[in-house]
Amino acid sequence: MQNANKSPSSRVPEQKTRFWHDPAKRALAFQILLVLVVVGFVGMIVQNTLNNLESRGITTGFDFLSQQAGFGITQTLIEYTESSSYGTTFVVGLLNTILVSVLGIIVATALGFLMGVARLSNNWLVAKVASAFVEVFRNIPLLLQIFFWYFAVLQALPSPRKSIELLDTFYLNVRGFYMPQPVPQEGFGLVWLALVIALIVSYLVIRWNAKRQDETGQRFPAYWTASGLIVGLPLLAFLVSGAPLEWDHPVLKGFNFRGGMTILPELAALWVALSIYTAAFIAEIVRSGIEAVSKGQTEAASALGLSQGKVLRLVVIPQAVRVIIPPLTSQYLNLIKNSSLATAIGYPDLVSVFAGTTLNQTGQAIEVIFMTMLVYLTLSLLVSAFMNWFNSRMALVER
Amino acid sequence: MSNTRQLDDKVMVEMRGVNKWYGQFHVLKDVNLKVRQGERIVICGPSGSGKSTTIRCINRLEEHQKGDIVVADTVLNNDLKNIETIRREVGMVFQHFNLFPHLTVLENCALAPIWVRKTPRAEAEEIAMKYLRRVRIEEQALKYPGQLSGGQQQRVAIARSLCMNPQVMLFDEPTSALDPEMIKEVLDVMIELAEEGMTMLCVTHEMGFAKTVADRVIFMDKGQIIEENEPEAFFNNPQSERTQAFLSQILNH
Ligand SMILES: Nc1ncnc2c1ncn2[C@@H]1O[C@H](COP(=O)(O)OP(=O)(O)O)[C@@H](O)[C@H]1O
Ligand SMILES: [Mg+2]
Repeated sequence: MQNANKSPSSRVPEQKTRFWHDPAKRALAFQILLVLVVVGFVGMIVQNTLNNLESRGITTGFDFLSQQAGFGITQTLIEYTESSSYGTTFVVGLLNTILVSVLGIIVATALGFLMGVARLSNNWLVAKVASAFVEVFRNIPLLLQIFFWYFAVLQALPSPRKSIELLDTFYLNVRGFYMPQPVPQEGFGLVWLALVIALIVSYLVIRWNAKRQDETGQRFPAYWTASGLIVGLPLLAFLVSGAPLEWDHPVLKGFNFRGGMTILPELAALWVALSIYTAAFIAEIVRSGIEAVSKGQTEAASALGLSQGKVLRLVVIPQAVRVIIPPLTSQYLNLIKNSSLATAIGYPDLVSVFAGTTLNQTGQAIEVIFMTMLVYLTLSLLVSAFMNWFNSRMALVER
Repeated sequence: MSNTRQLDDKVMVEMRGVNKWYGQFHVLKDVNLKVRQGERIVICGPSGSGKSTTIRCINRLEEHQKGDIVVADTVLNNDLKNIETIRREVGMVFQHFNLFPHLTVLENCALAPIWVRKTPRAEAEEIAMKYLRRVRIEEQALKYPGQLSGGQQQRVAIARSLCMNPQVMLFDEPTSALDPEMIKEVLDVMIELAEEGMTMLCVTHEMGFAKTVADRVIFMDKGQIIEENEPEAFFNNPQSERTQAFLSQILNH
């Protein structure tokens, strides 16, 4: 050291670190290197693919979206025929993906929370059943579970003529689950209006109750009141306006049912499998979230005289939710992505009708795959953004 | 010493022939204890002797299987109403503080007054500030527990209990999880509380504290009360061999 300080010109001073010993500079160098590698790699692939397409005589671009698709789809949430365009095919597939994802997320959440809480139950049987549920469904590949529900359960149902009947209104057979479709008549708008009013009033009641508690210390069961309003007011409007709703019942015509609403076996199998598989993971997340709140927290709250329900609501749940939400979000994202296994049983989701049939017919691999990936990326980012918003709200509510 | 005082005749906590088992394990064997209003009791004894279990039975954090417990004229039975009445009158301070990490210091203190006593928020926060001032920590009111030192957290925990205006305070080794330099700030608060006439049951090995404030010291071993006496007699002239052995152990440390 001293030596170096005395004769700086003769040697590199030792206190000046060489640039590959400086963590910041080294990190920067690696970043630049990585970017170069990635850009080079992507460029190579794009160039290669363009060459291939050109040699096979396939044009690039999104013009194909307005071409006629020429194939039918079993489940369409919007109007669609064989003469619709590939663009419409894309929308139909997208809506089907969103449908099964939303249905799956709702049931997986409800079932997962139920099973997670049940695993902590003091009742031996309940706890054991819940833990068996988790262990079984978490450890069997999802594709196998989809096959199980589709081929072993739903394909084993009787033919339409021998349908399983329920109350002469619901029919279950190998072609699907048939039920009456509600057809709103004139004047049904009043019911929707009543629902909107009930929602607004409920929100105000809950706000007012919190404010009143702050000021006077008194509370009343606002959540029950709100539930009553949300059910009661639309019901009242419905009755007052003379029940303006008719039902389109499914009727057996020839070999199949006509009219009403149908849940196709493909949708049912995918929905059930996704829900149960994801619920098993959510159950574990919920259990560990609740267990993460120490026993000392419950004891301290009880010792202050809070009732069991308030201990849960004010102390345990707010802490558990913070642990639960991040992994819960990633389960939702998994469910959305896993819904693409639909292809295996022919449920017409985005991957099946667009990245499958459309791609095969048009050969526009780059555009189709790019659009499909963009859809999943967007859906995932939307769900993440919503869950982050929800998480920060939960954090704020308790403060 | 101020220890020998005229005490109220009113009995605040009474345990009569209390027994408790954990499965086959007999944790409490015929515990009899009477605490009068304003009385300060220190419970000591080796680890695992049932000290925590004894005081946790008083507010039903543990359930006893045999015998009677009466707290502030309310019989402790399986009636939830009675349990909640008793818990409102009995404050408890834990070894590991157990503050609610998702709430600020102020909210920790105001929570029970708002939800149990149905006090308006502004008033509850006033009460909270009053007790935070008493334990000399009012300037930390808007912080979260995780931002405080152990000694500060324990003082907040004491304030949180006091906000319910309890008639009895239970302490379960309130200083054993603290670094040595923080023990005094917590003991000082407890001594002040004693001087104000609070009825206290305190599990602790702080013998200095026992000598200054206790009216009675109780020695427990293997689930039984072995000896109980005024501090002076207890420390200078312990009767049973087990007490002598225990005292020589902790006083030599
Ligand atoms: N939940 C429990 N289940 C089984 N045994 C327990 C439980 N809690 C405490 N014990 C046992 O009861 C005895 C008394 O415990 P405790 O009252 O905590 O002792 P102390 O506070 O005097 O150290 C100990 O031997 C302990 O192992
Ligand atoms: Mg203990």
